[in-house]
Amino acid sequence: MSDRYTATAKTLHWLIAIMILTMLGLGFYMHDLPLSPEKLKLYSWHKWAGVTIFLLVIMRLAWRLTHQPPPMPSSIPRLQQWLAHSVHVLLYLLMFAIPLSGWLMSSAKGFQVVWFGVLPLPNLIDKNKALGDLLLTVHLSLNLLLITLLLGHVGAALKHHFIDKDTVLKRMLPTLTAPSDDSI
Amino acid sequence: MKRLALALSLAAALAPTAHAIEYTKVQADQSSITFSYTQMGVTMDGRFKDFTNQLSFDPAQPTNAKATIEVALASIDTGTAEGDDEVAGKSWFNTKAFPTARFESSSVKAVGDNRYEVAGKLTIKGQTREVVVPASLTPQGNAGVFAGTFTIRRGDFSIGEGSWSTFDIVANDIQIRFEITALSGNP
Repeated sequence: MSDRYTATAKTLHWLIAIMILTMLGLGFYMHDLPLSPEKLKLYSWHKWAGVTIFLLVIMRLAWRLTHQPPPMPSSIPRLQQWLAHSVHVLLYLLMFAIPLSGWLMSSAKGFQVVWFGVLPLPNLIDKNKALGDLLLTVHLSLNLLLITLLLGHVGAALKHHFIDKDTVLKRMLPTLTAPSDDSI
Repeated sequence: MKRLALALSLAAALAPTAHAIEYTKVQADQSSITFSYTQMGVTMDGRFKDFTNQLSFDPAQPTNAKATIEVALASIDTGTAEGDDEVAGKSWFNTKAFPTARFESSSVKAVGDNRYEVAGKLTIKGQTREVVVPASLTPQGNAGVFAGTFTIRRGDFSIGEGSWSTFDIVANDIQIRFEITALSGNP
């Protein structure tokens, strides 16, 4: 078994990572803007990107379930391995729940999601102002939880790379040279 | 046969009363004015909660019909409080200076099958345009339901100025749908 993630897994991981970070920034920025054409445009882009991430995450989960990831280095204590795995599971859950909560919020607020302005997604629930406001809180809270977990996820990866000097981060880094040329 | 003849003669005797129907008493709670438009490819809709309506319509003499509708623009419901505030402002309706939109019919033409073409003047934000509004009449007991949809271009009335004046985000075409229920009889 390889000691690295597959190229597909890496591509999806980094693509989704970049999109999530951009979306976090965009989400907080656009919410505080006064109503303007710019704001409406950014909201639409945010929704289009959200649907795109949702689809990429489905692909990623399908890949993950059919491809065994490389094992964690045996130097890592059991508890830490279990903790890392738990965070990964939670991140997957949030990557589904966050776009879904956005889609639900959009439906409840009476704004249908039309992917790239072309493909209308069905409204999951009827227009309902109170529920729309509640879903905004849910969407925000899930994102705050995501930020917290991401800090742990990124912090742990950096700790393994720079302090423990093990292979944990390298398993997910793009391979610039042939894997056999890599020495740790 | 005798019964049929009786029924026919009765119907003939009653027929003149049908000509006496004139819809005049508008039922505000059974009337609505809604609109829809597209925003970044998404169809949005809303309504006006407050409007008044003078109507006199005799189906036997549609050309004599008259209709005047005044819409309190501040009563708009765009679906969000932020949207309602925005469209009341200067670049949209400027409701402080122009609180009402007004339609006044000038002529009514029957086009058959309980359908009519109502020509008139539509004034929004101090600008008046000639419009032709298709309307259908559906009698319901002693009430008549007038319904129709027509399209205006917001650019024609300077609705959405400044940064809103391009149509790439909020479309120019606005579909307006009305459904007005009026009872026959004296108002």
